Amino acid sequence: MSTIDLRGRDLLGIESLTADEIHYILDAVPPFKEISERDIKKVPTLRGKTIINLFFEPSTRTRTSFEIAGKRLSADVINISVATSSVSKGESLRDTAENLQAMQADVLVVRHSAAGVPHLLARYLPSPVINAGDGAHEHPTQALLDLYTLQEKWGTLTGHTVLIVGDIAASRVARSNMLAMRKLGMQVCVCGPRTMLPIGIEQMGVECTSDFDTAIQGADAVMMLRIQRERHGEVLFPSLQEYSERYCLTSERLRRAKSGVLVMHPGPMNRGVEIAPEVADGLESVILTQVTNGVAVRMALLYLLLGGS
Amino acid sequence: MDILIRGGRVIDPAQGIDRHLDVWIADGKIMALGPDMRIPSQHAPDDPRPAPHLIEAQGCVVAPGFLDMHVHLREPGFEYKETIATGLAAAAAGGFTAVAAMANTKPVNDTPAVTEFMLRRAAAVGGTRLLPIGAVSVGLAGEELAEIGGMHKAGIVGLSDDGMPVMNPRLMRRAMEYGRMLELPVLSHCEDHRLSSGGVMHEGDVSTALGLIGVPAVAENVMVYRDIQLAELTGAHLHIQHVSTAEAVDLVRRAKEQGITVTAEACPHHFTLTHEAVQGYDTNTKVNPPLRTAADVEAIKAGLQDGTLDVIASDHAPHHVSEKDQDYAAAPAGMIGLETSVGLALRLYHEGILSLSQIVAKYTVYPASILGVPHGTLRVGSNADVTILDPDYTYEVEATTLRSRSKNSPFLGWRLRGAAVATLVSGEVIFERL
Repeated sequence: MSTIDLRGRDLLGIESLTADEIHYILDAVPPFKEISERDIKKVPTLRGKTIINLFFEPSTRTRTSFEIAGKRLSADVINISVATSSVSKGESLRDTAENLQAMQADVLVVRHSAAGVPHLLARYLPSPVINAGDGAHEHPTQALLDLYTLQEKWGTLTGHTVLIVGDIAASRVARSNMLAMRKLGMQVCVCGPRTMLPIGIEQMGVECTSDFDTAIQGADAVMMLRIQRERHGEVLFPSLQEYSERYCLTSERLRRAKSGVLVMHPGPMNRGVEIAPEVADGLESVILTQVTNGVAVRMALLYLLLGGS
Repeated sequence: MDILIRGGRVIDPAQGIDRHLDVWIADGKIMALGPDMRIPSQHAPDDPRPAPHLIEAQGCVVAPGFLDMHVHLREPGFEYKETIATGLAAAAAGGFTAVAAMANTKPVNDTPAVTEFMLRRAAAVGGTRLLPIGAVSVGLAGEELAEIGGMHKAGIVGLSDDGMPVMNPRLMRRAMEYGRMLELPVLSHCEDHRLSSGGVMHEGDVSTALGLIGVPAVAENVMVYRDIQLAELTGAHLHIQHVSTAEAVDLVRRAKEQGITVTAEACPHHFTLTHEAVQGYDTNTKVNPPLRTAADVEAIKAGLQDGTLDVIASDHAPHHVSEKDQDYAAAPAGMIGLETSVGLALRLYHEGILSLSQIVAKYTVYPASILGVPHGTLRVGSNADVTILDPDYTYEVEATTLRSRSKNSPFLGWRLRGAAVATLVSGEVIFERL
C-alpha cells in the first residue's frame, strides 16, 4: 500500500483504479472531512494551484462540490461552462483543451454529455484530468463518495449487498458504483424496467431484475436514481405514474427491507417519483451525508493527485 | 511498350490457373501466358519498338487487377476528405486497378450528369478505373427512384443508396425490378434505422460497459432477410454489402442454397476487429455497420471460406482528421481501407483460413462478375490490368505513407505481412513499391 502514488494520475473512471487504490483514496478522506467541520474551513495545502472546472453539461451540485473542495484547500478554482452546440461540439473540445494547456492549469475537472470526452482531453493535456461525469459512462467521484458513506456506516464494505434502482442503462452513477463495489467484494443488484436494463449487464458481475419488491429484501443499502421518461426521443415506459407504482421507494417498500437498510440517492431527487418524500427525509436516509462526504472525498482526491503523498 | 512479367506465380481463378507463368503484355492487353517466355522481337536490332520492360516477379503472385467494389471517393462535394485523384492513388497503392465508387457524394450521383462528371474526373486522373454506382433513390432520400436508365447509359454498373439503407420495402422492390430490367445489381446497405438510431457501436456487453448507445445485430439481420425475400420475389440480383453479423452470413448461405440470386461482401475490419477495439474510445474504430463480437468475426471467416461471402471490399470511407477528433458519439462513422485491405486479407492466408487463390478470387472474378465488367481475369486479349502481390512483404501502416487524403484507420501502427508491390492498368505501371 505504501507504494501507491496518485500524483499526476488522471481519474477517468473507476475502471482504471485497483481495489487497493480505491482503499487508499477512502483512507485519505477523514482528515479532510474534519477540515470541513472547523470554523475556519481552510488549509494552505494546494495554495497556488489552479483547478479548472470545465463543465459542458449544467451541474450545480457536482461543480459546487468540486469548487468548495478546491477552495478549502486554498487552490484557485476557475469555473468554465461551455454550451454545447451540435455544430461546434468538436471544435470547442479540441480548441478548449489546447487553450487550457497554454494557461497551465494544474488539474482539469471535466463533465460532458458524451462518453469518452475526458479520455480525449487526457490525451492532449499533461496535467491530471478528473472525470466529473462523461455521458452514461462513469462518474468516479460519485462512486467514491458513495463507498465512503457506506464504509463510514458499516466499518467494512466487503460482503454487503447494494441495490441500485432506476435507469441503469443511462446511468454513469450506476456504472461507476457497480465497478467500484465489485472491485471491493460487494454484491450488487440492479433493478428497473426491462427497457432500462442494458444488454450484457450481467457481465459486470451484477444481478439484475425488474422485481423491486423481491430485490429489496436482500439489500443492505438501496440507491435510487432519478428517472427521465424520455431518453433520446424514445419513451421507455408508459407513464411516470406506472413507473412510480413499480419502482418508487415508498415507506411500504422500505418496510420489506432488512432493518438498518441505508437509503441513498446521488441527487437531484424527484420527490414522489423515484423516492417518497418521507423516505428521503427518513432515518434510513444518508442522502445528505453523501453530499457532505462528496466535498471531503473530492478534497482528498485533489490532494492526492496534486501533491499529497 | 511491351511488358514481360517474369517468374511469378500466376493465380487467375477466372481461368482456373495457379502455376508459375510469365505474362507478356503488349498494346495494353494480355498477349500470352506461358512458362519461360521470350518475346520474339527482344533482340531484333532494327525493331523500332522499345525493349520490353521487365518486371521480375519471383516470389510474387501475379493476379488479375484487383477490384474493390465498395469505395467512397467523396468527390464531388466532400473533397476535403478525399478526391477522385487521391482516392484512385490510394487504390493504386493498395493494388487495385478498379474501384466501384458509391453515390453518396454531393450532389448525390442520382443523375447521368454526376455519373459523367465522376467518369471524366477519373479519366483525367488516369490510373485505377472508376466504376460508378448509381443511387437507388433521388438524393438517397428513399422516396423516388433515381434516373437509373439515364445513369445506366452514362456508365453505372450497379445501384446503391449506401450510406443509407432503403427503408421503404416497396421502393426497394421497385428498384430491384428496375435493376433487373437493366441487368444492374442492387447493392444493399442493410440497416433498419428505427432499430439502429442513436447507436454508435455494437450493442452488447462492451457498449454497456462504455456507456455508449449500441446498434443491435438485429438491425442488420431483419433487413438482410427482407432484401433476400424481395430478391426472390423480383428475380433481381441482390448484393449484400458489408456483412457484419453471423446471422446475416447464415441468411445469405440459406438463400444461395435456395437458388436466390444473392451475393455478399465482407470488409477487412469485420473479419479482423471486434467491438472490444472500441475500448479507449478511438474514433477510428467507429464504423457502420459496427465492429461486432468474436463469434461474428468467426462466422464471417467461415463465410469467406465456404464461399457464402463472395467478395472482400473495403468500404473505404475517408473522414477528415478534425471530424474524427471529436467524442465517439459525435464523430462520423467510417474508416479508410484501400491501402490496408490486401494486407488484412492476406492475414487470412497466413492463418490458413483462405488459400491465395480464394483471396485472389474475392478481389477479381467474383466482384467483376457481380458488376458485369470485363475485368478480373488475365485471359488473353483482356486489358492488361495486373496486380502483383508479395505475400511476405512486411510493412508498418503509417499515416505519412498513406496516399489517401484522410488517415482515419484503426490499423495505424499495425505491422502487416503481404502487399501489392506493383499495379498495372492497361499495361501501364500505375504503382510500384520500391
